[in-house]
Amino acid sequence: MVRRVVITGMGGLTALGHDWATIGPKLRARQSAVKYMPEWAAFEDIRTRLAAPVQPYDLPPQYNRKSMRSMGPVAVMSTRATELALEDAGLIGNDVLKSGRTGIAYGACAGSAEPVVAFGRMASTGSLKGVTSNTYVQMMSHTGAVNISLFFGITGRVIPSSSACTSGTQAIGFAYETIKYGKQDVMVAGGAEELSLGPTAVFDTLFATSTRNDAPTTTPRPFDRDRDGLVVGEGAATLILEDLEHAQRRGAPIYAEVVGFASNSDGAHVTQPQVETMAAVMQLALEDAGLPPDAIGYVNAHGTATDRGDIAESIATQQVLGKRMPISSLKSYFGHTLGACGSLEAWLSIEMMRANWFAPTINLDNLDPACVELDYLTGSGRAFEVEHIMSNNFAFGGINASLIFKRWPG
Amino acid sequence: MQTQDIFQTLKDTLVEQFELDPAKITPDARLYEDLDLDSIDAVDMVIKLQELTGTKVSPEEFKEVRTVGDVQRVIEKLLAARA
Repeated sequence: MVRRVVITGMGGLTALGHDWATIGPKLRARQSAVKYMPEWAAFEDIRTRLAAPVQPYDLPPQYNRKSMRSMGPVAVMSTRATELALEDAGLIGNDVLKSGRTGIAYGACAGSAEPVVAFGRMASTGSLKGVTSNTYVQMMSHTGAVNISLFFGITGRVIPSSSACTSGTQAIGFAYETIKYGKQDVMVAGGAEELSLGPTAVFDTLFATSTRNDAPTTTPRPFDRDRDGLVVGEGAATLILEDLEHAQRRGAPIYAEVVGFASNSDGAHVTQPQVETMAAVMQLALEDAGLPPDAIGYVNAHGTATDRGDIAESIATQQVLGKRMPISSLKSYFGHTLGACGSLEAWLSIEMMRANWFAPTINLDNLDPACVELDYLTGSGRAFEVEHIMSNNFAFGGINASLIFKRWPG
Repeated sequence: MQTQDIFQTLKDTLVEQFELDPAKITPDARLYEDLDLDSIDAVDMVIKLQELTGTKVSPEEFKEVRTVGDVQRVIEKLLAARA
């Protein structure tokens, strides 16, 4: 017997604010979070000077020396986003967290960047200077997942989902399957990314970053003819997934139901997206949900504004869901938050479904003729009611992931 | 460095590194029970001491340390060995 899985808490730290009440109006105002980064001028070899850093956030007193010694910025954001989501779900202090029936699926591109410097120094000079008891814990790719476990005393399974740009998507998907098949009752699921020059340099080297350095808010431009690449963003978002009966027994708020998930891989090229497998993952998610294509009312695109990615995604989306498919990309506001984007976009897409309004892709002024026909949301977005939404993400190495959420009545 | 100087340096280091109340740092204070440090903190304390003394702490010395006074004696030994 499989169980139904619902979302009972959502929280995050983003470049446009830390709750829907703050973020929603900014989406409606078409406000970009992209900024010029003067401090990056020192890095001559990097062409882009643009990023979308997370807005400042407060940490309550429980974030003290001992609880934070194992955290770099990415782990702090993972933990704080999770705290906001657990508060939202009414689960702070609930016995279920420490019962072994609550688990964690969480990821990021990598751990924090600063500790890498200490190990780099060791490799190049032989000196252990700067290496402490926690250097590795801050650097490791599952630093967010374990710090969440330590901070909240969560004792169930930990599923690290550090798969670059599908980290948050897979986290939600793996969490959904874990509850669906009865292995846990509650799952903390999400992803995070701290702003560092590493990922920026990676995309810059591949000529995949936007270099509209003198006009930050005009980029990224997903699906637009004049797009010139992505902008790296920062943030964290956590969803609390819960067995429906468990949620109903404790009278929890329910935001949406997770009804479909699929993940596959291209097995072809490290950076070139493959239409066939991208389409396959959407098809597989539909099958998992037991839904026909026309049940999907809105697609939240990966839409990074890279040259090939946008084209491939548009073709795959049209193949599976048809030309009529309303679609937009939140990366036009937040940049590419990498490990965070899957959960951040899932969270905000669910909020948009609840608000019966879907944000436009800003900076999409002239559709690239190579991007095939879809119902691209532009202008002031669109007010309409849907039953199901799909959120897709695609990662380096050819990882594809697709999630389907269902409106929760009431 | 004189014994008193070493104690003061150690005290300053502990206060700064672990956000401790200076009044609690006496030679008899037990690291784990009285100062609420744990094994991970002890490792970082030793790393700091190694930086201060410019020498390596042996695993035996590390394991025998219980109180602030013990730490002070290890530092004295390291400094004497270095001299």
